Amino acid sequence: MKLANLLSDKKELEEEAWVALRECTPVVIGVVPFGITCGIMGLTANMSGLETILMSVLVFAGASQFIGITMLGAGMGWGIIILTTLLVNLRHLILGSSMATYMIRLPFPLQAFLAFFLTDEAYAMTISRIHKANYSVLYQLTVSTVLYLVWVLATVVGVVLGSYISDPLTWGLDFAMPATFLVLLIPLLAERKSLIVFGMAAVVSVVAALYLPGKWYIVIACLTASLIGGLLEGASEHA
Amino acid sequence: MRNEVFYIILGMALVTYFTRIGALALFRFIGVPTWLNRWLKYVPVSILTALIVPSLLLPKGYLDISLNNHYLIAGIVAAFVAYKSRNIIATLGIGMSIMFILKLF
Repeated sequence: MKLANLLSDKKELEEEAWVALRECTPVVIGVVPFGITCGIMGLTANMSGLETILMSVLVFAGASQFIGITMLGAGMGWGIIILTTLLVNLRHLILGSSMATYMIRLPFPLQAFLAFFLTDEAYAMTISRIHKANYSVLYQLTVSTVLYLVWVLATVVGVVLGSYISDPLTWGLDFAMPATFLVLLIPLLAERKSLIVFGMAAVVSVVAALYLPGKWYIVIACLTASLIGGLLEGASEHA
Repeated sequence: MRNEVFYIILGMALVTYFTRIGALALFRFIGVPTWLNRWLKYVPVSILTALIVPSLLLPKGYLDISLNNHYLIAGIVAAFVAYKSRNIIATLGIGMSIMFILKLF
């Protein structure tokens, strides 16, 4: 199936791309400070500018990059860094299975290409477009690639800015990580079960951080608290 | 570029890509099992909490619940700003300013 067959004529294609560009602008603006923070954090963790940028180019997953950079800076081994990256990004399986319904008709190389760009933001935009109109490959492609380019460019800007700040830690720049995560976390705490999971993760992570070496507290807290959330979810569905 | 860092980045890229293509390849016909779906639903809240709370309560590796812990004070203010504004620029701006001011005194 050719891409052109999915939409009837050139004018329609053009319009779909413009709608995608217009609708993703606020999201793109929101991504920029995260990318800049990512670039600065890389340098803070003693990574080179090139290493930091390469991570954005190849991995393209905000939260897991922040975590990976933090763990690299703490001198942790490759095994735990890659395992944690896998855990943080497991939620992509949900996004992917949700998109599978629509993407199944695409040729596999195009599916494989689009999958690389599957972020929370691209997913949210594409799904809301599906609810408003129809599934459009061009829409998904536009939103995905724009978000990717902006993420990489913002990382480059962060790396450039970061190298002008001699010792970012004395400016409290390492506080940027928890502050950035707070903005991501707080909208997720809208209902009771999420608050219970938050409480569990907070207690387990602090206790584990006190008694376990390295950053194992992240993995332990994530596994136990999310499992309890899942059990609560199951219990409420069966009630 | 250090070899070890390059391989770690490559590994992160591979597992991340796996999570993105995996569902498409695996659940194309059957859908995600319900139990897994429930479990994965709370992964974002858990992991974000596990990253934020210890970095505010144990910034230097030991539990520090006091007014001398700048990370905790700035964190509480930043949480409030994030709750009210839902805005990354406002939260980072105010949080970092408080960190900077506290470090001056």
